[in-house]
Order: sequence, then C-alpha cells, then structure tokens
Amino acid sequence: MSRTRTERLVNLVICLLSTRRFLTAAQIAATVPGYEHDPSDPRDHEAFQRKFERDKAELRDLGVPLETGTASIFDQEPGYRIAQREYALPDILLEPDEAAAVGIAARLWQHAGLAAAASSGLAKLRAAGVEVDPQATLGVEPVVTVDPAFGPLTSAARERRAVTFKYRVPEVDEPSTRRLEPWGVVCWRGRWYVVGHDRDRAATRCFRLSRIVGDVRATGRGGAFEPPAGADLISHVARSSGPIARNGRATVTVRHGRAAGLRRLAADVTPGPDGDRLTIVYGDVEWLAARIAGYGPDARADGPPELRDAVIQHLKELIVRHEVPAVTA
Amino acid sequence: MSAVRTPSGDRLGRLLNLVPYLLARPGILISEAAADLGVTDKQLREDLELLWVCGLPGYGPGDLIDMAIDGDHVTISHDAGMDKPLRLNPDEALALVVALRMLAETPGIGTRDAIERALAKIESAAGDLADAPVAVRLPANQKKLAAVRGAVDSGHALRLTYYTAARDETTDRVIDPMRMLMVGGFNYLEAWCRRAEATRLFRIDRIDGFTELDEPSAPPVGAVPHDVTAGVFRPGPELPLVTLRVGRGGRWITEYYPVEEVVKDTTEWLVTMRVTDLGWAQRFLTGQGRDVTVIGPPELLDRIRAQAATALDQYAAPTGLGADPLTAG
Repeated sequence: MSRTRTERLVNLVICLLSTRRFLTAAQIAATVPGYEHDPSDPRDHEAFQRKFERDKAELRDLGVPLETGTASIFDQEPGYRIAQREYALPDILLEPDEAAAVGIAARLWQHAGLAAAASSGLAKLRAAGVEVDPQATLGVEPVVTVDPAFGPLTSAARERRAVTFKYRVPEVDEPSTRRLEPWGVVCWRGRWYVVGHDRDRAATRCFRLSRIVGDVRATGRGGAFEPPAGADLISHVARSSGPIARNGRATVTVRHGRAAGLRRLAADVTPGPDGDRLTIVYGDVEWLAARIAGYGPDARADGPPELRDAVIQHLKELIVRHEVPAVTA
Repeated sequence: MSAVRTPSGDRLGRLLNLVPYLLARPGILISEAAADLGVTDKQLREDLELLWVCGLPGYGPGDLIDMAIDGDHVTISHDAGMDKPLRLNPDEALALVVALRMLAETPGIGTRDAIERALAKIESAAGDLADAPVAVRLPANQKKLAAVRGAVDSGHALRLTYYTAARDETTDRVIDPMRMLMVGGFNYLEAWCRRAEATRLFRIDRIDGFTELDEPSAPPVGAVPHDVTAGVFRPGPELPLVTLRVGRGGRWITEYYPVEEVVKDTTEWLVTMRVTDLGWAQRFLTGQGRDVTVIGPPELLDRIRAQAATALDQYAAPTGLGADPLTAG
C-alpha cells in the first residue's frame, strides 16, 4: 500500500469515527483528502468508486466495523459511519501477573500459524495501556505447533459451516472425502483433532488434523447446524484412548544389567542367580510377548504358559520373516 | 488465518494502534516504543510523520493529530478521536484465547490462577469472539512434573537417573538444568549434560529418579537450547537407514516417527526410516510383532535371526538363560 493510500485510509477512519450522521460516498469524497475527482466525468467518477470500494474492503478486512445506513428517510444514497462502541476495544485492566500470562501466551505461537494474529492482538492490548513484560516466564514453556487445517476448521466451527476435506488414515492408502459439521477443534495429548457430525456416517466422529490431506473447504451457508448443547468435545477424542484393563501377571527373567525397558514395566524386581525376576502386570498377552521377543536372549518369559508360548511363537516367526535375501513382493 | 495480511495492511493496523498506544504513555522514548511494537526506530518515525498529516475533517491546526517530539521522546497532544485501539479481530481473539487455555492446561506451570484471570478478562474484551471452538487437554504425571520443576527452580545441579530408549539403558548423570518444555504432548527438561558435554532434552516420564546437588546449576555459556519447533527428533542424513515392511497394524509408526519414504506394496507398505541406533531399531521393530518385518540392511536381519535363535534356545534348556549371546553393542 502506498503512503498516500495509507494516509487516505487513516483519514477515512478518523472521519467516519467522528461523524454521527451517515456520510454518503459523495460527502466523503468532498471531505477526505485523496478522493478528489470530477463527478461529472463518468470515467473519473468510476475510478473514484472503484477506489472507494477497495478502501472499504481494506477496512473491513482489518476488522473496522463499517456501518451502512441512510441519514434520513429521504436519502436514496447509502451512507457510512463507524460507531465508536463497535470500533473500540473495551477497557481492559490486567494485573501485572495477568499481563505476563498474556505476553507468554502470545509467544506460544511464535513458530506457528497464529503468530501474526497473536502479536497484533497483543499490540492492541498494549495500545489499551496494558504493560507486558517480554522477559516473563512461567517455568514451563509449551511449544505449540498447529496443522494447516486448524485455521479453516476453527473458522468453519465458529461460523457453523459444513466442511469437506480429504482424510487419510494410515491403514488405508487412498484418502477419502469426508463431509463434516465441525463442532470444534481439540488438542489432546499434543495432537489436534476436529470433532463434529459426519454427514455421510450420520454420526459423531473425530478426525486427526495431521491426517487431513490438502485444503479444508467450507461449503454452504453459515449457521447451517447447531452443535449439541454442552457437548464435551474432549470426551469424544479421549474415549478412544481410555485405560486398558490389566489382569495378567507375568514372570519374566532378564539378564543382569540388561533389558532396562522391560524393567521399567515391572511392578516388582527380585534378583536371582540367572538374572533378575520381573513381575509385569499386563493387559494384552500378544503385546507383551512381542516386546519380550524384541529383547531377544536378554529376556525370557517364564509364565504364565500362554505368554511363554506366545513369545516362542513370535521368536520362531521372527527367524522365518527375516531370512536373507529379503523377498519383496 | 482468514488471510495472510500484507505488510501494507499491517501498517494501517499499526497506525490505528499507534495513537492510543502513545496516548497511554506520554513522553515515552521512541526507541522503547519501537521495541515494544516490534518495529525499527526509523519505521516508527516514518509512522509518526504520516500520522502528523492526518486528522479530522477540516484538516486545520486544531484538527490534525498533534504530538510533541522532544528529542527522543514523544507525547500525543491531540488524538483526533483515535483514543482507543481497534477491537480484537476473530483471529487475534482465537490466538490469544486458545494460547491462554493451552497455558492453563500445561502441566507443571506456575501461576495458573493468574492465567485463568487473564483468560476471563481477554474473553470479556473479545465479546462474542471469545467463544473459540477449541478445547485443550494435556494430561501428564503432575506429581512427577511438580517434583522435577521444584528441583529445577531450586537452581541446583541434579544427579539424574534416566532411561535412554535408544540404548535401552538406565544411567546416572549430572546435569545443569536450563528450562522445561512441552512439545507434542511430552514434557521435557532441557539441560547441560556433564557426561555428554552437550545440551540434552530429557523426557520427564523417562526420569526414574533425581537428587539435588549442593552445587548450583551452571550450564556453560555456550550451551545452546534446541530448536524444537520442527519436533524433538529430527534425523540427519548421517544416521543409518532401515527399511521395513509394515502391515496395517504397524502403520502408526509412520505417523509417530519421522520417515524418509512410504511406498505401497500390495497389501503392505515399504517404509524407509533413519534410526539413531541399530540396536534400538532391532529391539523396537522386532518388538512390534507380526505387523513389522525388517528388510534391510542385511546385517540387521542377520542380527535379528541370530538373537531370536539364541532366545529360543532358552526355552529348550530346562533352566537358566543361555550362554552369553551375541548382543547389540
């Protein structure tokens, strides 16, 4: 943007903030420097109108609430003004520790997509008189990255617009097209998910943002759906990773000083002559058997028999599957 | 992230903000304001020059924005009605509100109370926009985290008992704590490791014990923090390449670990990844059960077969673990 245009736009904002009456385009042109033109010359007038349209779009883009209306019922032409109460950030008084928290929060996005929005938001708070200590810390620094789908999905959820996107689950190669009414986005254990109503499955579904391929497209109008009242988005995501029942008790012998990873699973360790005897409480026998097999001769499953048999089976299969030369299909 | 704002649009936003910012800080040093607003002194002086010729319709001496620049200090004497910053736009509200929710959820963080208060005030200032459709939950072992954090806050060096997954060993070392981080859902302690003589990231859940030493934490001047924005583990080209064939049940590996390549191979996938340590690769990959088969390099296959065979011998012998095996070094 040229300096002249910036200057013109600042003057336009000041002019529209200072007026209570709606000002028509012609009145604005006669007042604000930079809009001078000859209204009787069609080409000149058209150029002015284009310029004025671009300027209005720029202001709206910046979030300036331009009101449109007429000064009286006799006016044909629409007029414009900016209501101070719509324009201005409400008064905000932050205690020093609160301001420090906001300053740290704004830094979280330092390397992610929302960085620019966070720092311009913080600049507005500073302009409102908030003093932010850039050195403040809170003991733990969260480093937050978001997937590219975050922006379009949060916007769509806010506007209650349906979205379509291509989604690839790791177990299937071809991404499939999904249609979703997004209720909201969830960060769970450091990963991002979107929860909503899947229009094709006619059910509540959650999708991991990192598995979305390409763009998220908003479709249809805003206000197209209403999320269920009091929906607990996190519970939809957390449900699939609940605690597993652990009913098995395994006895595993590991070499002295080896198999540290298995030792960390153990509820109890008893030193023995041929190694340390671990007691491991487990849920899935195959899961534990595979891990014990991974430790090779450093670990031996002593019981229960189903575990011992599963480990032997895994070891035999490991040998067969790793014959050289590797055969690729 | 409705749109990536152009630098020119940035300037207009900055200018609208500048008058209330300066109004709240009469006589502020230009250099201090520039640093606060993230611009150079030169840019700020250019902004001031531009504002100087803007003002209310009439554009006479009493209408224009007026300011006193006394050497390096600036004071606004007439604001032309621009006494308040523009309210937060949807992206700014989202960026600040979600970041504060993230901070409030970050395990081990201090002054949660201040964060909650700040969040309430920002939400109130953002009005309707505060209703960001984003929820955050970051579960962790609070007790352990608080204990480690307390030790870090004490400013002492620590003796750490730490499990290194890459070598599958639990070792003791003395470290000089630097900072605590949370990346991708995991909590880390970053410290100077006196044994490795380098900065290291220690995952909190792998710290099996620690004691505070009497000496202060004194990381050397050259101890550089990690850049963790692209993830904690970023394999370099010097690391060995391993090729695997994975089935559906093992496909999660490609989502969890950085991989070089994934190629579909009939009903399975051929995956190439770099690993820090072949011993780790062997333990980890053979511990995954039937869904993962290693197909290269050949020496890794030899090791897998040899170790599985030795491990099987233990089950043939009535007692004791077999003779000292061929183990990963």
